[in-house]
Amino acid sequence: MLHTINKSPFETSTMETCSRFLQPGDAVLFIEDGVYAAQEGNRFSADIRSIMEKSNVYALRPDLEARGIDRITEGIGVVDYQGFVSLVEEHQVNSWF
Amino acid sequence: MNIGILLKEGPYNHQASDTAYKFAEAAIAMGHKVDAVFLYNDGVTNVTRLMDPPQDDRHIARRWGELSKNHGVEVLACIAASKRRGISDEVLVEGSGITGLGTLTDIVIRNDRLVIFGD
Amino acid sequence: MADDNIRKIMHVMRRAPHGTIYTYEGLEMILIMAAYEQDISVVFIGDGVYALKKGQDTTGIGIKGFAKTFMALDGYDVEKLYVDRVSLEERGLTEGDLLVDVEVMDASEIGRLMTEQDAVIHH
Repeated sequence: MLHTINKSPFETSTMETCSRFLQPGDAVLFIEDGVYAAQEGNRFSADIRSIMEKSNVYALRPDLEARGIDRITEGIGVVDYQGFVSLVEEHQVNSWF
Repeated sequence: MNIGILLKEGPYNHQASDTAYKFAEAAIAMGHKVDAVFLYNDGVTNVTRLMDPPQDDRHIARRWGELSKNHGVEVLACIAASKRRGISDEVLVEGSGITGLGTLTDIVIRNDRLVIFGD
Repeated sequence: MADDNIRKIMHVMRRAPHGTIYTYEGLEMILIMAAYEQDISVVFIGDGVYALKKGQDTTGIGIKGFAKTFMALDGYDVEKLYVDRVSLEERGLTEGDLLVDVEVMDASEIGRLMTEQDAVIHH
């Protein structure tokens, strides 16, 4: 299952909540304000690394670029909208707001 | 892959409408079928032709109408949510329509994925 | 309705009930999908558990209450009501505080159910 997260972790607990429900093999994609989670060196880096122990984690490139985020936590994959579509092809979707 | 989209927020106030559009555009470019975009909650205000953004900004209603015309994507606003928010057939942008939640159920039934955008 | 027209659809209630319309319109969606005989489950996560809190009286805020509709779900054959244990506990609530009978489950179990769905819709 692909979990999309569109909220900054600084503003809501969406990422924290979503991470409790992740199953092995699930993937996580940060979109919109969710991509702030991916910025290297922020206080959520450890949480992201723990999510990456069981899930592939991605961030949407146009949303990173729109927000000037050029350094992201190592191991996070970067995809464009077509990559987003491919992830949806691979997984059922669970969109967290 | 056949895709249904559920869009739960209105235009401009949230990025949801833009992400949904970009996603639909990418899926179509990759050869997937985007069957329908169902508008719910404030999402129904995506298709009022009364919106009049500045010239240099995207016209969100018209963009959905064109997606519908050019790629056969049904763009449908929920009737109950529309009535609450003053959206009726008279204000719809060309290419969009109003329907019931039963249609959303059909969209779930006939597509491989329901991808949801909201806030 | 033929079996191949039945989908597993999970509705995830995530917000408190009256501050926004999401729960109310979510409930309307659930009722229609149930009328279309879909395999519906409803999960309450985070502030979504407040939708089930006993003793809600919306008279004073001038918004139509809908707590009773949750009690009527049973009549629509919507019987799979799940509550995330952590969400309930961290709000200082117990099953006794809720309007309807629910199954309190761990996140890992709810997460497993999520992976079995044809669609998961957050409200």
